[in-house]
Amino acid sequence: MSQETAAMNDFEENVYQSANLRRFFRIFFTRKIVIFGLFIILLLLFCAIFAPFIAPYDPYKQDLRSAVLQPCKAHWLGTDALGRDTLSRIIYGSRTSLMVGVVALGIAAIIGMTLGLLAGYFGGMVNAVIMRLIDAMMAVPLLLLALVIAAVLGGGLSNVMIALGIGLIPAYCRLMCGQVLTIRENDYILASRAMGARNRRIMLAHILPNCFPPLIVLVTMQLGMTILAEAGLSFLGIGIEPPGAAWGAMVNDGYKYLLTHPILSIAPGLAIMLVVFSFNMVGDGLRDALDPRLRGAI
Amino acid sequence: MKTYIIRRLIQGLLVLILVSLMIFIAMRMLPGDPVLIYISQEDMQTFTDDDLMKLRKQFGLDKPLLVQYVHWVAGLFKGDFGKSMHYDMQVSYLVAKRLPITIHLGILASILSILFGTFSGVVSALRRGKHVDTFVTLFANLGITVPVFWLAIVMIYFFGLKLGWLPVFGYTWPFDDFWMSTKQAIMPVICLAIVPLSGTARQTRSSMLEVINQDYIRTAWAKGLPERDVVFRHAIKNGLIPVVTLIGFNVRYIFGGSVLIETVFNIPGMGRLLVDAVFSQDYGIVQIGTLIIAGVVVITNLLVDLSYGWLDPRVRYN
Repeated sequence: MSQETAAMNDFEENVYQSANLRRFFRIFFTRKIVIFGLFIILLLLFCAIFAPFIAPYDPYKQDLRSAVLQPCKAHWLGTDALGRDTLSRIIYGSRTSLMVGVVALGIAAIIGMTLGLLAGYFGGMVNAVIMRLIDAMMAVPLLLLALVIAAVLGGGLSNVMIALGIGLIPAYCRLMCGQVLTIRENDYILASRAMGARNRRIMLAHILPNCFPPLIVLVTMQLGMTILAEAGLSFLGIGIEPPGAAWGAMVNDGYKYLLTHPILSIAPGLAIMLVVFSFNMVGDGLRDALDPRLRGAI
Repeated sequence: MKTYIIRRLIQGLLVLILVSLMIFIAMRMLPGDPVLIYISQEDMQTFTDDDLMKLRKQFGLDKPLLVQYVHWVAGLFKGDFGKSMHYDMQVSYLVAKRLPITIHLGILASILSILFGTFSGVVSALRRGKHVDTFVTLFANLGITVPVFWLAIVMIYFFGLKLGWLPVFGYTWPFDDFWMSTKQAIMPVICLAIVPLSGTARQTRSSMLEVINQDYIRTAWAKGLPERDVVFRHAIKNGLIPVVTLIGFNVRYIFGGSVLIETVFNIPGMGRLLVDAVFSQDYGIVQIGTLIIAGVVVITNLLVDLSYGWLDPRVRYN
């Protein structure tokens, strides 16, 4: 092959890729609700990173003289039973939600994808064993599974991350396995095998990179669901330890003052809903932009 | 078909065995000595090490893990679910009292989610792009993201405390006082149903959209059939098939949600029992409760898979 044709091929490849990228952005930014979701996620990231600079008060500082205040100029969302500023605690709570979400998903994605890759690639007994294990995990509701695991490991935020991480493995494993089953039938896999590539190389170099688009969508959508599950657990009193701030626990704390100070429960709940909604919408947008055929599948 | 059913039954059984093993091992790994929890309610001071050993023997905790597991499984088949250390009662008695409550609310929530979910999904697909579609889509997207415990609290605030229309907690068996039972069930059932309802609406909408673009629907229109016939006689039958798959998911979700909802509304059901059991390290209850829930989920999924072939003859079992 002459140098000229090689350069030509490179050029075509570049054109193709930038056209793909343009198409991606065009579709992704069409729906206003997706842009809204993206905005909220960026806001969440901003709050989590710069919490000490944005929060008007120290979220842990107790001040019993200004306990359970109604929303006012000094405290926009009022204060809780210990006189802590609700707005500041919501801003700091974003850190908890985001951290638990990202770490739990990281655990789930790594273990789930590895299991799915093995199950799909080797098939047979390996597939049967892994899939039955996954079926068993999927027979128990996520919240209950996480509750039991968190109880076994003991409280604390890091154990909640592990518990949710384990609970979320099945989704990745199944998606990955399905992906591998279709990809391994491609001719380029056969070609690579004919050239003498070993199993490990085929799996890591050829199959794994081609599985990514649907996985990216799944991760985005599940980030929202993980934050929701974490909120559920912290609402039940598992996970964050006082005086740490978590949205679910704040809803529970405010419940006692529902009649007089509903804002204490309603505000953190709204934050949870807004964030989960945003991740779902961005996930929807990513799915449509990356591969519209996935509509309904994820 | 027959071999398929048998294979699925064996798979289901295998899954249940795995669940029971996982739960059993997990419960034995719990920190803390369960015997100490049992005696802490009585007098801690008067117990000697010998008495502790006796108690361990009584509960079978002195044997190897595998023996304990086999013992436990054998007991299950004899209807002996073991004894709750925390309540000092038979687990079977507790489950028999609590499970019907969760199932009662769960069935109501399932019916609500299937009826409203499919209805709004169909309407939204047929009126694609209209106001009603925008509304249903937004509502469904919000519905799958709402923290249910928060929704429960917001509903308690408005309908219970502010308007005073509904009782804010508790549960009454419908055969004792039907009116009271209904009033108490309204809020928990809506909260349990909101996520499955929204999921069903989304799924129905997308599968109906796929169906109404197909040739045979165009033929039905071309024949001059009224909309009612096109929708009810042709579109709905195929459009709702994928929705059936969701039923299995919904059952799992409703059981999971009951953990939260029963805590908020103070309902003495299975969910509350399980949360309390986890906190008080009550092995027996967590094992049995999780196993029962997993059993219900496995059986529902089996029925869903089997009905799939009956609803859609194109599906071949292999």
